[in-house]
Amino acid sequence: MHTINLTESFDGDFVRKIECESEQNVSLCYQCGNCTAGCPYTFAYDIPVSQVMRLLQAGQKRTLLSCKSLWLCATCESCTTRCPNNIDVARIMDVLRHEARRQGYGSERSVKVFWDTFLDSVKRHGRVFEMGLAVEYIARTGRFWTDLELGPAMLSKGKLAFKPHSIQGQAEVEKIFERFQQQKEQCA
Amino acid sequence: MKIGVFICHCGSNIAGTVDVAKVAEEVGKLPDVAYSTDTMYACSEPGQEGIIQAIKDHNLDGVVVASCTPRMHEPTFRRTVERAGLNRYMFEMANIREHVSWIGKDKESNTQKAVDLASIAVAKLTQDRPLIAKKFGVNKRVMVIGGGVAGIQAALDCADGGLEVVLVEKTATIGGKMAKLDKTFPTVDCSSCILGPKMVDVAQHPNITLYANAEVDSVKGYVGNFEVAVKKKATYVDWTACTGCGLCTEKCPSKKATDYFNEKIATTTAISIAFPQAIPKKASIDPEYCIKITKDKCGVCEKLCPTKAIRYDMQDETVIEPVGAIIAATGYDLFDYTRYGEYGGGRYPDVITSLQYERILSASGPMAGHIKRPSDGKEPKNVVFVQCVGSRDKSVDRPYCSGFCCMYTAKQAIQTKDHLPDSQTYVFYMDIRAPGKMYDEFTRRAMEEYGARYIRGRVAMIYPKGDKYIVRGADTLAGTQVEVEADLVVLAVGAEAAKGASNLAEKLRISYDKYGFYMESHVKLRPVETNTAGVFLAGSCQGPKDIPSSVAQGSAAASKVLGLFSKDELESDPQVASVDIKRCVGCGKCIETCPFGAIEETDFRGEPKANVIETVCQGCGVCTSTCPQGAIQLQHFTDNQILAEVNALCQQPLVTSFE
Amino acid sequence: MSSSPTYAYYPGCSGQGTSLEYETSSRAVCEALGVVLHDIPDWSCCGSTPAHTVDHVLSAALSARNLAQAETLTGVEGIATPCPSCLTNLKTAGRRMLDPQFKERVNSLLDTPVKQPLPAKSVLQVLFEDVGPAALKERVVKPLAGLKVAPYYGCILNRPPEVMEFDDCENPIAMDRLLEALGAEVVPFPLKVECCGASFGMPRKDMVMRLSGKLLDVAEDNGAMAMATACPLCQMNLDLRQSQINATSGKQHNMPVFYYTQLIGLALGLDKRLLGLNKLCVNPKAALQAAEQATAGAA
Repeated sequence: MHTINLTESFDGDFVRKIECESEQNVSLCYQCGNCTAGCPYTFAYDIPVSQVMRLLQAGQKRTLLSCKSLWLCATCESCTTRCPNNIDVARIMDVLRHEARRQGYGSERSVKVFWDTFLDSVKRHGRVFEMGLAVEYIARTGRFWTDLELGPAMLSKGKLAFKPHSIQGQAEVEKIFERFQQQKEQCA
Repeated sequence: MKIGVFICHCGSNIAGTVDVAKVAEEVGKLPDVAYSTDTMYACSEPGQEGIIQAIKDHNLDGVVVASCTPRMHEPTFRRTVERAGLNRYMFEMANIREHVSWIGKDKESNTQKAVDLASIAVAKLTQDRPLIAKKFGVNKRVMVIGGGVAGIQAALDCADGGLEVVLVEKTATIGGKMAKLDKTFPTVDCSSCILGPKMVDVAQHPNITLYANAEVDSVKGYVGNFEVAVKKKATYVDWTACTGCGLCTEKCPSKKATDYFNEKIATTTAISIAFPQAIPKKASIDPEYCIKITKDKCGVCEKLCPTKAIRYDMQDETVIEPVGAIIAATGYDLFDYTRYGEYGGGRYPDVITSLQYERILSASGPMAGHIKRPSDGKEPKNVVFVQCVGSRDKSVDRPYCSGFCCMYTAKQAIQTKDHLPDSQTYVFYMDIRAPGKMYDEFTRRAMEEYGARYIRGRVAMIYPKGDKYIVRGADTLAGTQVEVEADLVVLAVGAEAAKGASNLAEKLRISYDKYGFYMESHVKLRPVETNTAGVFLAGSCQGPKDIPSSVAQGSAAASKVLGLFSKDELESDPQVASVDIKRCVGCGKCIETCPFGAIEETDFRGEPKANVIETVCQGCGVCTSTCPQGAIQLQHFTDNQILAEVNALCQQPLVTSFE
Repeated sequence: MSSSPTYAYYPGCSGQGTSLEYETSSRAVCEALGVVLHDIPDWSCCGSTPAHTVDHVLSAALSARNLAQAETLTGVEGIATPCPSCLTNLKTAGRRMLDPQFKERVNSLLDTPVKQPLPAKSVLQVLFEDVGPAALKERVVKPLAGLKVAPYYGCILNRPPEVMEFDDCENPIAMDRLLEALGAEVVPFPLKVECCGASFGMPRKDMVMRLSGKLLDVAEDNGAMAMATACPLCQMNLDLRQSQINATSGKQHNMPVFYYTQLIGLALGLDKRLLGLNKLCVNPKAALQAAEQATAGAA
């Protein structure tokens, strides 16, 4: 454990940015721990969600953006639903992820790759092409054993389409991503 | 007219952002002002002496003090000018603190606004006339509403002080919440052992009339002369005949009636006496469950009753009680924990409230003091307490701390270990709030001597697993999620305003906060008074309180009543409406509009005229703005006085002020 | 005009693959119960979870394209979708677009801007509110008596309540009531809204193993012969991955996991091909037979 110098390491701009983008007031959190108590993913987190809130109050940008928990949150809304102070905690987790991406963090690589691959599939086809997503994910991560044992069941049940369901508006969807990228670059 | 003006510094509160010397100088230029100065603390003894000296030295007719809110110090300065021989209503106050110095930082603008406000006060004072209060008699009887420990204490203190007391209790017995408790913190002494004697004192006191199973229907009148209509709800038993022998309750065949006294963990008979020490110890019938009343069968109790006290056809009855003062001691109710769906929302039989647990612990309760699970009667091993259920939780609109749950939870953890030495208790808490005498030591004892495992964190969910319950919470100090397998879960439910509290408040014409708790007149300095003269507060109706605080407030309210009744006559406030007979056309509009029924029609030489009953008038001024003739005027706030203020304001150059 | 409830229908991507049977059974049940569904023309993916983890405007825009496409349909009272993840995205997009600034940013990413987002509902909500358990009960030809089923709603069908605006967020009962109307015995299931592991199956299988494993354990402990779900992802984690869960935990779960629409279809006697029971990985035959025998024995 190291000592956190609160005067020096408190990043007020970071706190304000997260508050602004999530439309939440982190001062409302009184650290009751209900979010951690309800979170099904606490067992997998490196920092429990109530401590994510605490570190956010303390303006600890680096610790937060580099933590794995951000990538392991499934947005199941348990924290948001049960927060006694009506804080939308799941939305704060989401916004922290956005910021982590912008700052080049991605501490749980497999999850980030999976999400990126998913969105690439949407961009390319307009709809998710599940088979293509699986193949691409495996190729990108090199984890060729992923769900190998499920293949036969999937195929025999006819649950995997071999061809993408391309749509007429594929270009429109692709443009959503492109415009988003352009706007992001303009802002940066 | 010769007016003296005093501009207060209030230390740096005002002088920090207002040039008080400049204000005194500017106001001193007004035509009627004979003397103007600034003063460090106008309310201090030298400050008041300075005012008195100036009145004498300069032969002043009236005084303006520009300082703070009149809520606090208007009475102070009225007494000051009175000591100097002036009429107390020849005084005006300008608020240049709350309305100026505390809210603006621009010294120049502040100074100009302070000049404006002080000038307005001077203009009003030029129109002021001496007013003389009238005297009226006091009915030295007091009504106490609510028979919990606060109401009992207030009733006994008043009665011991020689007053006639009418105690009105909603349920069939007095004792309130305290009567349901097994033990009390921080001494773990038996609740009924210390409350019981007080309850008996109430029953036996010659000065106390007790109406149990009764409610206040309406309240008329004013301090010293209230008239309260009390509805005595039908008990279907003639209490003058009933001896409380209990034969009827033994033989009653309808045994599924709701047992409110035991917090619904058991059922009772349709005719019942709440508990062995009930006061009054009289039987009453729950008509919803009585077979005779619902189906016209049975009638066993009527046949058995040795004193022939059963009256199936009894009706509600209303009695009128004239009293001079009223103490509201209506207590609190428990938060409805079924709103927490994550704790089972009332679906799990072994997830109970703290008050239900008290009934389980109580030797006179349905389990005779043996801790057993409601579901299967088994002794629990792991007992989990969850604090702040309906407290400090904005999501259920209960952001306040209920104050006593930390303490009773510690007490229940101690008792659990005493009853079941092999048991293990867990307490989920957010913060331990134990600021009373011997309180923190008590919660430490629960941990250090009784092995209660305190876990800092809220509980997110409770769900059954086999015949146990999984309590999933957080241990924020360890920074982790925790699960406990519980046999019994006790929810420390918070306090909320008693059901119907706001309704009663409206009858009493007292204020209540957004949660229904009654508002005291001043948070710090008038804690048992209300803004309605003659109505006082005691106990948890004002906000959640433990027993010591409730008893203290009961006594405090009683002392206020005894103080009030130490005078044979009271002075009425002369700031009331008054009718100019020459202008009144007898249209009656003021009579219709008065919310207090304070105006009546009289005959003046054969013509109808309005007449104000001065003791009833509250000085609200609604009539004055209704009267088409301007014939009815509120004393000290007449049209001329208000117009003088408006003129003074409009004659100022409005460059910097009131932007 | 007839008074049939009519919706713009958003099937969602998984309905074309991994949850084909949810898609066909939802359509069949709606048709049988007089709910008219008009497909949103040329609908595209809502972006699911991955989109909102990247950016809220991007996520809303992916849903908003479908909101705009739905505006080309006439005579629909809203959008209906079987998938809770699609529903959350459609509802969240609509809600956030109440803010004109946000709406403008979303529309700036689209070819065709959204005018006025249509309200979105789950097919479950439509069946519960527009048809209702009582009317459903009257249509049952083959009651599911004896089938002990645990109703599993998943984490986001009802949460957060301010957004989803349907049923109780801790103890939802809509599916319970529909299943009861079919004659099934709904067992108490305390983890109705607890997360199954969501889309972490590929990148973090261990998390799904643990969370879905717990759901199966608790369903079994409560005497369930089968589970009913309303979410393609939940169903996939519990059904397709059940063999993985057994392999990881050493347990022997053999718990069929139905889409609730399949069970409705069964009780209504609909064409088996549309219900796609053969698509379930854990064979439901034994459970259905056991249920039948239990009622036969009782009779």
